Amino acid sequence: MKMEAFNDRNVADNGYFLVDIEDYPTDGWGKFKRVVKRSFRGELFVGLWVVMREMIRFDIHTVQYPQEKMPIGPRYRAVHQMKRLWESDTERCIGCGLCEKICISDCIRIDTKIDENSRKEVSEYTINLGRCIFCGYCAEVCPELAITHGGEYENASDQREHFILYEDMLTPIDTMKAGKQLEFEGFGSITPHEDERVKKTPLAY
Amino acid sequence: MDTAYLIETIIKVVVILLIFSALAGIGTYFERKILAFMQRRLGPMYVGPYGLLQVAADGVKLFTKEDIVPTNVVAPIFKIAPVITAATAFMAAAAIPFFPQFTIFGYTVHPIVADVNIGILYILGMMAVGLYGPMLGGMASANKFSLLSAARTAAVFISYEVVSGLAILAPIMMVGSLSLVDFNNYQVGGISHWIVWSQPVAFILFWISAFAETGRTPFHLIANDHEIIDGFGTEYSGMRWGLFFIGEYANMFFISFVIPLIFLGGFGDGSFLGAMGLLAKVAFFFFFFLWTRAAWPDVRPDQLMWLCWKVLMPIAVINVVITGFVMMF
Ligand code: SF4
Ligand code: SF4
Repeated sequence: MKMEAFNDRNVADNGYFLVDIEDYPTDGWGKFKRVVKRSFRGELFVGLWVVMREMIRFDIHTVQYPQEKMPIGPRYRAVHQMKRLWESDTERCIGCGLCEKICISDCIRIDTKIDENSRKEVSEYTINLGRCIFCGYCAEVCPELAITHGGEYENASDQREHFILYEDMLTPIDTMKAGKQLEFEGFGSITPHEDERVKKTPLAY
Repeated sequence: MDTAYLIETIIKVVVILLIFSALAGIGTYFERKILAFMQRRLGPMYVGPYGLLQVAADGVKLFTKEDIVPTNVVAPIFKIAPVITAATAFMAAAAIPFFPQFTIFGYTVHPIVADVNIGILYILGMMAVGLYGPMLGGMASANKFSLLSAARTAAVFISYEVVSGLAILAPIMMVGSLSLVDFNNYQVGGISHWIVWSQPVAFILFWISAFAETGRTPFHLIANDHEIIDGFGTEYSGMRWGLFFIGEYANMFFISFVIPLIFLGGFGDGSFLGAMGLLAKVAFFFFFFLWTRAAWPDVRPDQLMWLCWKVLMPIAVINVVITGFVMMF
């Protein structure tokens, strides 16, 4: 699809035209003629036919929600997920704390410690889903593509504070081993065809 | 008045009450389903197979809900108003012959509670009294939407009555009786004897005013949910609201009986086929009430009054005059 149709703001010469609407009658005779015309043009029957046609066609659009669900897009921002590295199956999160910093509703809490190999390790990581507005900033800011959004939107809770823990968000190790981890395609992720679009850094000058 | 007659009448009354109260409930099921299909939805699906028990669920809900009489309402009138709607709807049914007479265990049953000689006047009058329900309920409630609804009821009241009365006058002149049984017997000779062929204008006018009388969609302005919440029903809850509801749907069924009886041959010669024919006609008219609800927009109260007084009433008068002339010569 070409984008011109959307970017061109000059709508006047793009096939728009004024609909030809007659002036409303002002005198009695004109009004009388309009009433007669409207009464006998059979527009009411057009309406009746349209709904009858739809009933006969029986082309039902209802999604019976708990049993049936609509597919949702890969960019949908629902409850967060924590990804693992494809190479080593270890957690991607490096505990940099950027997500906690950027979160505009202040609902991420992260604690880190130095582990036995002197590496930074996440010891606590919670998101208060009751406060989260699912803006996607945390996923966008994450330098490791570690925190992303998933597709699980049925997170209604009977209390306002409703936390999700690091372990619950993390891709389970057997899913990872089976190679079933899904990459997020929304904010901050690598877009498809990135290889073709990458350019050499211009160092020539 | 002998005992057998008394017992028979009481049985008939009870049967009519039970059947039409149940039909009112089932009518809501059909309404939801048909509206849903016309709007490409499925309608009620969860309670029972294909949502069939939805009616029962609604009934349980209505019966068990707390009966609230809000502060600031005029309590006696507020309490009696729904009863008026439901009671008058069923009272009107007394003069409607639902079936041809039939014989059971050697006893001839006339499926009409009282074949009074002013039948059609009585039915129209009773149905008109039914509109006092919304009007009194609306005025007794303490909010502006109900008041608006009461005012609209009055507007509907003074508009449609004229049209239905004048429209029905021409057939009455032809038949020379006010009893619906006589109407039926007048048209007993088959389709070509139906009054609709000699009185098409009266038929259409009466049909239009039936919509106003029952407050169905083109004239659904008394309880117009999208404009004035539920109008007179805004402050009602539980079974009081349910009575309004039963009254409205029973009214729809009864008027669906009256139209075919007057204009479309009724139950014909009284055979089993004729009775089934009447039921088919009733089903069509009831279906048409739902059909228009899916298809047509609502008119404003002033448009309804304009329509009734300036358009339909002159047509009805002309129709009566022409009928008179034709009958004279
Ligand atoms: S989606 Fe937005 S609100 Fe929710 S945790 Fe991420 S940054 Fe915070
Ligand atoms: S999830 Fe991403 S942004 Fe947040 S601490 Fe881990 S690596 Fe940093």
